[in-house]
Amino acid sequence: MIGTLDAKIPHGPLDQKWRSHRDHSRLVSPNNRRKFEIIVVGSGLAGGSAAATLGELGYRVKCFCFQDSPRRAHSIAAQGGINAAKNYQNDGDSVYRLFYDTIKGGDFRSREANVYRLAEVSNLIIDQCVEQGVPFAREYGGLLANRSFGGAQVSRTFYARGQTGQQLLLGCYQALCRQVAAGSVKMFPHTEMLDLVIVDGHAKGIITRSLRSGKMHKHAGDAVVLATGGYGNVFYLSTNARGCNVTATYRAYKKGALFANPSFTQIHPTCIPVSGEHQSKLTLMSESLRNDGRVWVPKRKEDRSKPPGEISEADRDYYLERKYPSYGNLAPRDISSRAAKEVCDEGRGVGPSGRGVYLDFADAIKRLGEGTIRERYGNLFEVYEKITGEDAYKVPMRIYPAVHYTMGGLWVDYDLMNNVPGLFVIGEANFSDHGANRLGASALMQGLADGYFILPYTLPNYLAGQMGKRPSADSQEFEEAENEVRARIKKMLDVGGECSLDSIHRELGLLLWDKCGMSRHAKGLREALVKIPELREKFWREVCVPGNGEDFNQSLERAGRVADFLEFAELMCADALARDESCGAHFREEHQTPEGEALRDDENHAAVFAWEFQGDGQPPKLDRELLHFETVHLTQRSYK
Amino acid sequence: MNFHLRVWRQPNAKTPGKLVDYRMRDISPNTSFLEMLDILNEILLGRGEEPIAFDSDCREGICGTCSLSINGEAHGPDHPAAVCELYMRKFRDRETITVEPFRVGAFPIIKDLVIDRTALDRIVQAGGFISARAGSAPEANSIPVPKHEADLAMEAAACIGCGACAAACPNGSAMLFTSAKVSHLALLPQGHPERESRVLKMVRVMDAEGFGNCTNTYECEAVCPAEISASFIAKLNREYARAAIRRGAGE
Repeated sequence: MIGTLDAKIPHGPLDQKWRSHRDHSRLVSPNNRRKFEIIVVGSGLAGGSAAATLGELGYRVKCFCFQDSPRRAHSIAAQGGINAAKNYQNDGDSVYRLFYDTIKGGDFRSREANVYRLAEVSNLIIDQCVEQGVPFAREYGGLLANRSFGGAQVSRTFYARGQTGQQLLLGCYQALCRQVAAGSVKMFPHTEMLDLVIVDGHAKGIITRSLRSGKMHKHAGDAVVLATGGYGNVFYLSTNARGCNVTATYRAYKKGALFANPSFTQIHPTCIPVSGEHQSKLTLMSESLRNDGRVWVPKRKEDRSKPPGEISEADRDYYLERKYPSYGNLAPRDISSRAAKEVCDEGRGVGPSGRGVYLDFADAIKRLGEGTIRERYGNLFEVYEKITGEDAYKVPMRIYPAVHYTMGGLWVDYDLMNNVPGLFVIGEANFSDHGANRLGASALMQGLADGYFILPYTLPNYLAGQMGKRPSADSQEFEEAENEVRARIKKMLDVGGECSLDSIHRELGLLLWDKCGMSRHAKGLREALVKIPELREKFWREVCVPGNGEDFNQSLERAGRVADFLEFAELMCADALARDESCGAHFREEHQTPEGEALRDDENHAAVFAWEFQGDGQPPKLDRELLHFETVHLTQRSYK
Repeated sequence: MNFHLRVWRQPNAKTPGKLVDYRMRDISPNTSFLEMLDILNEILLGRGEEPIAFDSDCREGICGTCSLSINGEAHGPDHPAAVCELYMRKFRDRETITVEPFRVGAFPIIKDLVIDRTALDRIVQAGGFISARAGSAPEANSIPVPKHEADLAMEAAACIGCGACAAACPNGSAMLFTSAKVSHLALLPQGHPERESRVLKMVRVMDAEGFGNCTNTYECEAVCPAEISASFIAKLNREYARAAIRRGAGE
């Protein structure tokens, strides 16, 4: 296997790489920082924390988000918690263990050096958030509480009820507000990035459209930071917010940025099952529920329509506990999701659609009392009741896997910089730390690590050589990029067809869920690769996008995003097909162990697959970054 | 289920708006209110009419984007919930349902049901934060916080920033919103160094944005999807008085 990509990982022992890299990175002096303008796209945990921190350091920052306020970025919906290696529970945790669990959880498809750094800075994040006033759960003595999460045998997850993402995001939103007031950050809400501008090979600006007025703007900067989240909405139904999209990262890809592991998508095991055709999104029930809930289905198919209370203990199959006795209900997400699919495929799934399994709290309520369960998960039970009309204190919840998070993203080196110099990618938008499967409570950790504690050290490494090189936003490259965007919008409005956007998007979603979802095989992926271009042609022939581009036009916003999904989906399937092994969430049916677990092929696939755009209608070019494991020993993941 | 919808349509801030009637047929009771509007928009598209502009994002009650008044009630009849968590089974068959944007002077209408709530961001920018530079924080467990106070701070911090409190208030007051942030940060030891300047600045900007004052009607608490208690407004008043007196005394 040949890999040409160099992640520029510092030399030296694993636990000293980050320190020594910081010691030798270039700096920008305080009085020079205000001469640099940094563009940050996205205001979630990664973008918000990066914009705030860069503002604190004295850079001039422009921060963009498509929501009407930075406080509404989708990080806000994260429920369960954030990991850190504090070892407050005295249960044997350490930076090394957090690192090891994360790299093993990712099925050995992430970079050792990045993951180790993530584990190292995890403790600083908790310190920072507490100081900002994040009201983490506490014990009676006033010290911080922890809970356990999937894929770990220690309790290292910090949480704020079932609203950890909200509280962390509000912490960084408030830090951002402070910088807006101080004048170091200028906020552009309700504004969408529609293209990246490259000048002399460097990322030096973006083209945006105000969603309120429809006006286009050219913004020049010394560096561009993309923190635009994941692309789970390519599946139409996912736990993502309605607005989440791939446009910013995909536009960067089309300008030459490598896209890594696009097929690595996480299907979360505990979501409320699909109920009807008009459903617009799926709702997650936090993984933390698996601490106290037991997952089961009836042993016999015939029992699947019986009320759960009428199925005796002896007739229930607690399949996670049976198959993975040491992790039980806390087996990692990819494994739990596939196990749910398996029992439903066998015809033992529950609920009207037969695509559901029980998550039962009866034992925990008996053991701890309803009050304790209410205190731990009350708001989640309320959400469940609102959506399904059922009381989960009395009857077990019904859950089913749903698309949740995307491990793939733009390729970045150790400095979080893409192959396009000056383009930095952080948070879910990059591919870097979760390998082929993300463990619970790791996304919040990564977003904040990137924004608070990594980018502020690595960005100057690039900026130090860029003094005075910021182009004017009136230069030709900006004109061209804006004209391209305008032409594209016009083309979309001119289709004038009769087919609704949602119907095309829904069709794409079903196709991907079927062919590139929880399990994949070469034949299905090839079929998808034939059908996606057909669907894309249908879009450009028949879609109906009303209104015009010079106005508030939600149909147009969504049409642009769906158009990008229709191209991106092909890249996803190409990646899934090229990765001829199973690993983590990428389960190729051709490659499994006799027990039905993912079977890796380390000899030929211990690599990051990074794709380079070759022009419309041309197959993308595959580059590889070989993953070198110096510290951990690659093993078959076992959670038995 | 069948419904008769009356929806506020307004092309932009400068043009007057009006209620427009729509008939909805065969809606499943398990459809969410916003999904019903999605269906209506598909129908409008099919008829060559302009879809209704309305805002939503997470559709699970946490981002605070959705902002509809239904039959005059902010977020509709199923409290506590944001309108994205409202399901049609909560309505009667053949009911007439009036849908309007949140009506608050400080939230100008952008289009149809979409409003501009940046005034709330400006209240937070005035001082709704703890000045803690990244990298400067002490060890997280070095300052214990009594569980009761941490829990109370969390209750205040749960605000989703939707603005329903101001929409429900006869005075268009944003005091529940402001009090939640002031209380959250005043209850924690980390928030104490800026406790006084914070409340004074936030209240000043709240007033300058054109929000009204509290006259204890408790409509805000009744519609709040995050169940923020109106007793935080009492705390805001105490915090404000305390700060004003200490400032007045030259401290």
